[in-house]
Parts: sequence; C-alpha cells; structure tokens
Amino acid sequence: MINEVLHTLPQVLIDGLTLGAVYAIVALGYTMVYGILELINFAHGEIFMTGAFVGTAILLTFAGFGWLASMPALVALVLVLVVTSVVTGLLGMGIERVAYRPLRNAPKLITLITAIGVSFLLQDIVRFIAELKNGNYILTGPSLFSGQIGIKASSISSIFNDASVKSSFFIVLIVAVIMMVTLDFFVNKTKWGMAMRAVAQDRETAALMSVNVNKVIALTFFIGSALGGATGVLFAIQYGTIDPYIGFILGLKAFTAAVLGGIGNIRGAMFGGILLGVMEMFAAANLPVVSHGVLGAEYKDVFAFAILIIVLIFKPEGLFGKVSVEKV
Amino acid sequence: MVLKKTLSILATTTLAVGILAGCSGGQKNDTANNGGNGGGGGGSNVIKIATQTPLSGGSATLGESIKLGAQLALEEQQANFEKLGFKLELVPYDDQGDPKKGVANAQLIGADKQVFGVVGHLNSGVAIPSSEIYEKYSIPMVSPANTATDVTDRGLKTVNRICARDDFQGPAGAKFAVEKLGAKKIFIIQDKTAYGTGLAEAFKKGAEELGAQILGFEGITVGEKDFNGVLNQVLAKKPDLIYFGGLYTEGGLLIKQARDKGITVPIMGGDGLDSSTLVQIAGDAVKNTYMTSAAGLTTVTDAGKQFAEKYKQKFGKEIESYSAYGYDAMGVLLKGLENAIKANGNKLPTRQQVAEEVRKVQDYQGVVTKVSFDEKGDNKYAKIYIYKFDEAKYPAKLEDEVSKQ
Repeated sequence: MINEVLHTLPQVLIDGLTLGAVYAIVALGYTMVYGILELINFAHGEIFMTGAFVGTAILLTFAGFGWLASMPALVALVLVLVVTSVVTGLLGMGIERVAYRPLRNAPKLITLITAIGVSFLLQDIVRFIAELKNGNYILTGPSLFSGQIGIKASSISSIFNDASVKSSFFIVLIVAVIMMVTLDFFVNKTKWGMAMRAVAQDRETAALMSVNVNKVIALTFFIGSALGGATGVLFAIQYGTIDPYIGFILGLKAFTAAVLGGIGNIRGAMFGGILLGVMEMFAAANLPVVSHGVLGAEYKDVFAFAILIIVLIFKPEGLFGKVSVEKV
Repeated sequence: MVLKKTLSILATTTLAVGILAGCSGGQKNDTANNGGNGGGGGGSNVIKIATQTPLSGGSATLGESIKLGAQLALEEQQANFEKLGFKLELVPYDDQGDPKKGVANAQLIGADKQVFGVVGHLNSGVAIPSSEIYEKYSIPMVSPANTATDVTDRGLKTVNRICARDDFQGPAGAKFAVEKLGAKKIFIIQDKTAYGTGLAEAFKKGAEELGAQILGFEGITVGEKDFNGVLNQVLAKKPDLIYFGGLYTEGGLLIKQARDKGITVPIMGGDGLDSSTLVQIAGDAVKNTYMTSAAGLTTVTDAGKQFAEKYKQKFGKEIESYSAYGYDAMGVLLKGLENAIKANGNKLPTRQQVAEEVRKVQDYQGVVTKVSFDEKGDNKYAKIYIYKFDEAKYPAKLEDEVSKQ
C-alpha cells in the first residue's frame, strides 16, 4: 500500500504544486481585500475568469496575425500577462468604485450580496461576448509551452516512478513565485504598502494621518485583481480550455485556502493555496489505495474540506493568522 | 385604499371564474372527443402535430434541427392527408431544455383539442415530466433523441422512442471494447451525474460479463479543470482502455491531460462526447478516442444523402446528428395517425386511437432507422453506433454499429 503511494508520489507532488500555485495566487486577492476592508470579495473568482478570457483573446489575436509564430513564447507570455493584469486591475477598481464604495458603511451582508451579484454579472457578460465572437462559450487557446520534460525520479530511489512535467508547469510556478514575492515585498517594504497596512489596521486613524483611504483601497483592488487576472492567464496556459464558469469552483477553493492560511495574511494565503492543491491531488490519486477502494477519487474535496474544518476548530485564526483583538 | 382592495378582489374573482370556465370547457370537449363523434365544433378537419425541443439557449442548434426534420416530414405528408380530408399543421413549441417550461408547454398542447401528437424532446430530463401530461391527455409522443431508461420504463401508453436506450449503449460499448479492441484491463471514470454514472455502470456490467477486469471506478466533478489526480491512478494501474461516462467538456480535458501524461491507450465514451467542441478542447489529443452514440451518420446511405440534400435545399442549413431522427419520428407518428384515420372509417379518430395505432406501427422504414415498437415503446431496431477519431476533425469516423436484434 505504502509502495503504491510512493510510486506515484513524484507525479502527484508536481501536479499538486501546479494546482496549488494557481490556488495560492487567487487566494492572495481574497486575502488582500479582506485584510484591508474586511470584505470578502466573492467577485474575485470571476475577475480571475475574466483574466483567463482576456489573455486567451490576446493570444488568439496574436495567432490570427501570425505574430505568435514569429515571437519567442516567453515574450508573448510577458506581454499578455502585463496587458491582462492592467485590464483586470482596472476592472477590479471599477467594481470597487461602483459596487463597493457606495456601500462601504452599510452592513457587511449587503456588500457580500453585491459581490455575488457582480460575479453573476461578469459570468454572463463574458459568456455573451465569447458566444458573440466565437459561437461557443468554451474557448481553447493556442498552446504556448507544450513541451514535455521527463523527471527521472526512479534514479533517486527505485521506489518512485518516473514523472513527467509539461514545460508550462515551470512557467506557472516561476511566475507565481515572482508575483508572490513581489507582492510580499511591496506590502512590507514600500510606502504604499505601509499605507495599506495602516488602513487595514484602522481606517479612521489612517485617514487622520493624511493617508488617502480611497486611493489605498482602490490600489488594493487594482493589485488584487491584477494578480487574479494574471493567474487566469497562467491557468489558461496550463489547462488550455476555459469557460465563463471556471471562476466559481476555483474561487471557492482559493477562498478556502485563504482561510486555511489565516485570512488577511499574505504568506498564509500562499501557504494555504499550495497545501490545498497538494492535498487535493494526493487525495484524488491515493484515496482508493489508502482506503482499499472504499473511498474513490470523487471524495477528494471532502477530504480537503474536512482538513479545513479540523484546522478551523483547533486554530480558528488559520495556520498563519494572528488572533485578532477586537478594536475598542 | 378601498378602491385598491375592490379592484384586487374583482381581479381575483375574474381570474378564478376564468380558470373554472376554462377547466369545465376542457372537460366537456374531452368527453366529446372520447365519445368518438369526430371532435365536435368547427375546423374539425385540422390536425395539429406539436414539436417540443429547445429552440433557444445552449442546445438550440440540436433542438432546431429536430424541429426542421419533423417539419420536412410533415410537409411531405400534407398532400396525402389532404386526400383523406384533413389539413396537417405543425405547431412548434420551445421547451428551452427546461423541465418546467416543457411541462407548461405540455399543458398547452393537451388543452389544444386539435393536437394529435408530439415529436420531442431533446433532453430526457424534460421528456420525463412532460410525458406525464401527454399521458393524461392520451397524446402520443414519439421521441427522436431521449436515451434515459426511465423515459419508457414507466410503462406509459403514449410514450415511444426511435433511438436506443442508455442501458443498451453501455454494454454495446463494452462489447466493442472487449471484443474488437481486445481490452482486458479497463479503468472507468465517471462524472457523478445521473447520465455519466448510469452509462459507466452499464458499461462496467457489460465489460465484466465479457471477462474484462475493472481496475478502477472513479469519479470527477463537473466544472473542475484538473483531472491529474485521477489520471495518476490510471498511470499507476496501466489499463488497456479508459472508459469515460460524462460530457464533452470534462471529457475533452480528460483526454488532453491523459495524453499529456503519456497515456496512449484508447479512450472510450458515450454520446455525451458527441460534439465538435470535444475536438476543439482536446485538439490533436483526440486521436484514438472512441465513442458510442444513439445517432447514426445520416449520409452513409442513399436515402440519407437524399434527405440531407432536401434538407439543405429547403432550409439552407446542413443537417445535424438528430435532423433525420426528427424526420423519422414525425414519419412514424404520421403513419400511426393515418392508420388510425383509416381504422376509424376516414373520420377524425380520438387521441387514444392514434396513440394505440402509433404503438402498433411495425417495420416502418425511415431514413436512418427502421422502427417497430415493443410493448414499452422502445424501438426494436434501435442501434448503437461506434465512432473513432482518427484525426482532430468532427464528425468522427463510423467504426461499427451494434443492433439489438
């Protein structure tokens, strides 16, 4: 039994890391907005989805003009990432301006409902445009990095099977790590980052200290949504096919990851995302083996969420969270 | 205030009286019809046939193709019925692929005394509740496309279908996989929906009976995009064939991710994969994929080719997989209707008589399928077709067909 699990372990870890990296960066968006506004931006999953569509649309346009063949894939990727994150960043700011700012002093429940409303709106707008342009709302983009790399895990120890990796895996992982590290640096080391932390701690006092609260919140939404959009591009590159409903399940899982790591905590979100991805992949591959076929792969989410519940019972603030003291 | 109240009371009363009047009116006509004296009242020589398919929404292409096929058959028969003294008319309804809408339409159809039959639906989930209403009004229904076992298993007298059932599709696929492809070890993946699980279980049973070993029966979630976890299991178990019970969105991704992982064995699925989107999603990875479908290629026979041409000329559109099934379903229905009229001495028959005659139709030769209904209303000649993707192109190549008899 242990042997069987070990056989597939290298492959499971690699697949889990890719999925985890995607969860982690989407979770960053949730956590940033929550950290500052204590608002769960349920539209974030749909911003991620919009990013995937914008990125794929740009790639398809490039391919249509024949530019994709003539330019190095890496250049194309960077270009698409930059354009997409600016677009989704602005979209996030717009959503904040229209749907959240007017309700900032309203009860939390009301903003939660607007967020859900915005997410349905985005789903249907994207679906409408995609159907208009493409005739079908399921979109398949050109594959940028389709190479396969074999990892000779069996040479380390004969227990392991060889694993294979799509080269897009490295791209996803590297870009994800760069984004996370930059964000961490930005929040902890720059003046704007300090302003964000100040607003998070106490909005009124920060305003008295001449911090422009509206600007800081808009910036938070811009960064969070830009990250979400960029992740959408990475997702489209790794999985190829996207539809307007990918944001829902993924957003839910990323939100879970953020809670697991301690919502409001950026490092916690990264850790939670990767942990959830690896756990889910491990469960999907090994549950039937470990449980002698009683539980199938379809129980992977149950497994992941059960762990979430256990963590929250024993450490309600999440793995990395600090116990919050009620502000008096 | 007082005015408002009076108004609302007045409105409610009017509505209640209206409904009551409508109901009692219906009852009266019903007895008149059942009495068999030719459906009293004016315009008694008009016979309407309804179609119910999705004409809007995601599956409107398929729904419309069924309607157009049925329309073609009806228009060809118009002259024939003119001679018998009746005027045929088509009344298309849009069920939107939604059971609620389907049932509401069925009520309208039932209330229209001139409707003597229904061709439809596309979705089994809509056909099942709607047919309860048809049964109540004894309107015969001939389905071109519903494969769920429950459609006919409820033993309704008015429900018939000309395509194959799900519990025939699974074993037919299993037979092909084990006997023709030589698969001894099979890994089954399903999408946990009623359709996917039902099909996968039918396949599993069929394959086990033929001596194949089932290495795994795992589920995935609809809407997910990453199936690497399950595929790692497949990789570890090294099967000869993967069977997938589910729809093309997940199927396409599963095929693609399996090929990315270096799994080269054939992958097989049911009619849920039968879509050009599958090819779009999976791309080149779709090669070496097999699928079973209740819909045959229309253009392989001469009659089919002629039909496709006629259809194109009339509507300016290419046929879809179920166009000819719509045509044949209407054909069978009209055959039953004609028999009923003749049996009734060239007078307007009752709906019940028509329903009985439709069920009695034997050896009707349609464009894509021959039709004889058994006691449940299933077509004895229904076939399952097996297709293979040799290249990233839709439609796939016809490999084999399995018939019940």
